[in-house]
Parts: sequence; C-alpha cells; structure tokens
Amino acid sequence: MIKLENVKKDFKGTTVLQNVNVTFENGKTYAIIGSSGAGKSTLLRCINFLEKPTEGKIWHDELELTKNQDKLPLVREKCGMVFQSFNLFAHLRAIDNVSFALKKVKKMNDEEAKAVAIDQLTKVGLADRLNNYPHQLSGGEKQRVAIARALAMNPQVMLFDEPTSALDPEMTQEVLKVMKNLNHTGMTIIIVTHEINFAKEVADEIIYMDKSEIIEQTDTKAFFTQPKSNRAKEFLANMI
Amino acid sequence: MNIDFTLIQPYIPYLLRGTFVTLQIAAIAAIGGSTFGLLFGFTSRRKDVLGLIVRAIVDFFRGTPLVFQLMFFHIGLPQITGWAPTFMTSAGIVFTLNSACYLSEILRAGIESIDKGQTEAAIALGVRKLDIAIHIIIPQAIRNVLPAIMNEFITLIKETSVVSMIGATDLMRRQSIISGTTFRYFEPLLLVGITYYVLVKVLSIVGKRIERKLRYD
Repeated sequence: MIKLENVKKDFKGTTVLQNVNVTFENGKTYAIIGSSGAGKSTLLRCINFLEKPTEGKIWHDELELTKNQDKLPLVREKCGMVFQSFNLFAHLRAIDNVSFALKKVKKMNDEEAKAVAIDQLTKVGLADRLNNYPHQLSGGEKQRVAIARALAMNPQVMLFDEPTSALDPEMTQEVLKVMKNLNHTGMTIIIVTHEINFAKEVADEIIYMDKSEIIEQTDTKAFFTQPKSNRAKEFLANMI
Repeated sequence: MNIDFTLIQPYIPYLLRGTFVTLQIAAIAAIGGSTFGLLFGFTSRRKDVLGLIVRAIVDFFRGTPLVFQLMFFHIGLPQITGWAPTFMTSAGIVFTLNSACYLSEILRAGIESIDKGQTEAAIALGVRKLDIAIHIIIPQAIRNVLPAIMNEFITLIKETSVVSMIGATDLMRRQSIISGTTFRYFEPLLLVGITYYVLVKVLSIVGKRIERKLRYD
C-alpha cells in the first residue's frame, strides 16, 4: 500500500501539487488523468521520491519516506518506473540496459542477469532486438525495452509516466498491449496517461487532477458514467 | 647551404633521451589531470565550499600562464615555504593541476551533454550515485568530448617544453645544451621539432583509434 498524506510540492515559488491525499492499494491499477500541467507527473514522481515533496508524508506500507530517506534505494528497487522519453542508457545494448541494474542493485552475476534480461525482453516481444543499441530501435521498441528493464527488477509497483505520449498511434498500441498484460498480475500499477480509452479499459480507479489538486478519485466505471465533480464532467465532455 | 649533421651526431642519443623526460611529465599530467579533471568536473557546479574551492583553482590556473605557474611553484614558493621540490615534482604537480582545470571544463560539458533522464532512470532502479557516474555518465561523457580531450593531451605534450625554464633536461633543454657546445642550431632544433611532431602524431592516431572503438552507432 502506498499512501500520500497532505503532499505539497513547490518549484521555485510555484505550487505544482497541493492537498494531495491518496491511497494506492496493492494489486490494483490506477490511472491519473487530467489536462497538462495539472501535476500528474509530479505526483507520480513523488511516489519514488524522484521529486521530494515540500510538505506532507509518503508511506510505503509501514515505511514513512520523508523520515527514512536512507531506505530510498530499497523503495525504488521495488517501484519500477517507465518514462515518457524512455530514458534508455544510450551506450548500452538492449540486453545490457535491462541487466545493468540487476548486476549493480540485485548483485546478480553476469550470466544470471543476462538470462533474466533475455527472458524479460522476450516477454515484451523483443527477442530479436537483444543486441541493438537504443538508437537502432523504434520508439515503441525503446519503450518496451524500458518496460522490460523495470520489470526485470521484479517490482511490486509499476509507475508509468505518460509512457505513450512520445509515440505514434501504431507504436502506442504495441506499448499498451504490453502494459495490458501486466494488469491484475499482482502488481500495483499507477499510470499517468492521456489515453483515456486505455485508462477506461484497464484502470480500477481513476484519479482526476486539475490545477495541482486531486479533484476526484472514483471507481473507473462510475467516473466515466457519473463523474462527481463539474470539472471532471467538463474534462470528459472535451475529450469526446 | 650549411647543414651538417655529422657535428651533432654524437649528441643525438643524448638529445632523444630528453623524449623520456617530456613523456614522463606528459604522462603524469595526463593521468593526474584526467583524475582530478573528473573530480573537478563533478564538483565545480556544487554550491558548497568544495565547489567554491574547485572554481577558484580552475580560475587561477586558467587565468595565468603556465610558465608563470611553473616558475612560481618551483622558484617562488620555496622562498616562503623553505621546501625545494625537484623539477619533476614541480612539473608533475603544476602540469597535473593545469590540465585538470582545462579537462574539468571539457568533461563538465561532456557530463552536462548527457540527458538527465538517464540518471533519473538509474535512480528509479535503485542504482547508487557512484555506479551511475562510473557506468552511465562518464563513458558517454568521455565519448562525447573525446576530440577535445585529445586536443588537451596534444597541447600538454607540446607545453611540457617550458620545463626547460626550471632546469629540467627535456628535449628543448638538451637542444640548447648541444647548441651551446657545438654552435649548431638548425640541426638539433630540426631534430627536436621532428620528435615533437612524431609524438603528437602517434598520440592523435591512438586518439582516433579510441574514438572509433568507443563508437556505438
């Protein structure tokens, strides 16, 4: 379980996140939606402390992060993260991109790490791309390598930060297909996305954000049929 | 035309042995300079006292001529400290710090050329800062600025010639000794010039090789 309590984040005097109170239960899938600049990505990045909240508390199960920053590596190890811009290590082949953290963090030897990497890359349909460098891969392939890299660490939580925003529709579909396979496999999945239909399809709950705040957190079906807030109604109306 | 190598022939081995002095200083400075250059490159942007010290060192070594730094360290400072270093110690320290300052700026540019996203991805995977620096940032940073680094090494080889000012018997110094004995200037100078040229040529070929080897596209 992950819990954010009264989280606030300021960037050089501008508040990008405030009054954030939200709980993510184990094994469920959450979609964070809302217009650009609403604070969705910042919220996601606070979960694994890529952004330090200015105020408030963040709980990972019994562990309160702001007070236990020495435990951060442990928390990050169990939270996989996928970025909008892929962020692959440009000088490493696909297989080494995946095996790097296995060796450095999980302390696996070369052989074990390679085996896990091959397995994960095969699962995302890239068995024939093991030895390609990032610049030799298409956007969709890069993002699938990034997903394999995160999954290889065997995380309990997966954080997706607009994973398809930099992709064309065709590549978007291949990435979403991979993500769909993860749904309800026991991992907690939190997705920041603009793909409303995808959110509707996979998420158990929708977290709708606007102007640095969470406006509502509702069961997916209820959100799309009867949103509670007027702002969410407007947002949905503009989507169609 | 009045070129006659027979007169200086007995001195040629003596002259060429000066290459070792030149190479020794250049090697010390290249290795020491790269090490400190990396450390400076990673710390010069820090907002604490350490960053301030590093920036002051870089500022000093880039703001004064190398000859001055060498003379100041070898001849000037001993008057105050009472410690008279050998010319190799002085040359080693001054050249190391001097190249470190230039290399740090080059390497900093290389470090900053790496997209922050890669660091974030590594942090998110739980990788330690030191592993990120060694395995993710530095290899890519060096590759991006390798031509500039090689340039600095080439400059370094040539600039070691100023150690003759503090009495080190490098190539240049040996030439003037030979010229003083034989009264021949053209021939020993020509040999010195060719030697420097060959050293630099070898270095730049090695640099090209490394560049090709580091390429991943």
